[in-house]
Formats: sequence, structure tokens, C-alpha cells
Amino acid sequence: MASGVKPRVKVPKKAAAGDVITIKTLISHKMESGQRKDKDGKVIPRSIINRFVADFNDQNLIDVILEPAISTNPYFKFEAIVPESGEFKFTWYDDDGAVYEAAKKIKVS
Amino acid sequence: MELTRRNLLVIGSGAIAFGSLPAMPALASTTDEAIAKLTGGADIGEGGLNIVAPEIAENGNTVPISITAPGAVLVTVFADGNPVPNVATFKFGELNPSRSVSTRIRLAKTQNVVAIAQMNDGSFQRANAAVKVTIGGCGG
Repeated sequence: MASGVKPRVKVPKKAAAGDVITIKTLISHKMESGQRKDKDGKVIPRSIINRFVADFNDQNLIDVILEPAISTNPYFKFEAIVPESGEFKFTWYDDDGAVYEAAKKIKVS
Repeated sequence: MELTRRNLLVIGSGAIAFGSLPAMPALASTTDEAIAKLTGGADIGEGGLNIVAPEIAENGNTVPISITAPGAVLVTVFADGNPVPNVATFKFGELNPSRSVSTRIRLAKTQNVVAIAQMNDGSFQRANAAVKVTIGGCGG
């Protein structure tokens, strides 16, 4: 597992039914592209987050396939409609097989 | 064949044409190839999606881009000047009303960022954004 990986998610705590809310996610990850060389001229092997999935109550919001051209500390901002109270689940998949998860509850009135 | 000046010229230009031909398809942009593979050669319309990127990016390591594609199910982003043109593929679910997403990407040099959206009805839409990069973002 790559060291120092920490997912962060910003979701409003409550909303009215049918509201469009904005979600921001960021995960600290160096996203080594596999293009860079170290000081001995050897290629540093690729090590990135290759997939990001966001779900709300098991319904998919967004599913992203990431390539090395995504910057260090991958950041995504997107919108969602919340029909009911529930839980957002965010999952990041690392090249090395590690899976990072975050969850946020939202109250809909 | 008599070796006249005219014949020599013909042989010479033929050799040049032959030498440069195999190199041409490789230069004809891997981005176009990737797009053709994605769309299966279908016609690509314009106007169905919008891509916002800065005109000038001082640092190619983090270039903010945002995409809005109402009615799209799949949006693929390419950067035609990067060593690997693919940037990301976004699949949108029902609960994402505006089908919009913002992220940050790496650009190796001044180039076009191309987004291809596959709409609900299976058609394709395209949008371009030219970005001038002052410092490249792919190391090396």
C-alpha cells in the first residue's frame, strides 16, 4: 500500500429532497505516471489510482477511469440529486491492489 | 537505365517518399486513433458538451478542467500532446443531473484537450479546448 494515502470528501450534512448538491473529493496520492526517470536514468514504475467510484444508496453517481494524466492528489467535483436520506460511498482503487473507502451520511428533509 | 540527372532526381525523390511514408501514420496522432476506436468510426457532432480549461496554464502539472455534458452517459477526455493521450473516462449515473465533473490533469506541453461524449441515444459529441502550457507536467 502506498504510504500517506488519505481520502477526503466534502458533502453537505443535510439537504431538501430533490436538491442538487455539490460533492468534492480529494485523495492524497502521488500518482506516479511511469514516465518520469530517477537520477540514475531508470524509469520510476507507474503507481496511480486507476478507478474512482461514487455511489448513493447503492445507485451509481459517477464512475471514473483514471490514467496517468490525472494530477497528483486526484480531485473530483461533481453534482448529485438526493431523493432521500442515505449514505454516499466513495471508493478509490490503487494500482497496487489497495482499495480506499470513505462514506458520508446525508439527511434529507 | 541510363544514369542521367533527371533519372537521379526521380530515384532520389522516390527514396525520400518511401522513407517517410511508414513514419506518417505513426505521426497522424494517436488521439485520432483512440477516438476512432471509441466511436467505431461514427459521425461526431458538436455542441452537446462543454469543456472549460484555462487558455494559459502556468504549470502543466495541475490544469483544472471541467466538463458539462447534459444527457451524456460516458465522457472520455484526451490530451493530444501527452505521451499517452488518454486522460480519463467518466461514466455518469442517473443521480447526476447536470453530468458535470471537474478535475485536474497533467499536460506535457501546449496542446488541445479533447472530450468525446457518448449520449443517451448512442450518438457522439465532441468538444475541444486549446491550452497553452508554460511548464510541462510529465517530468523527464
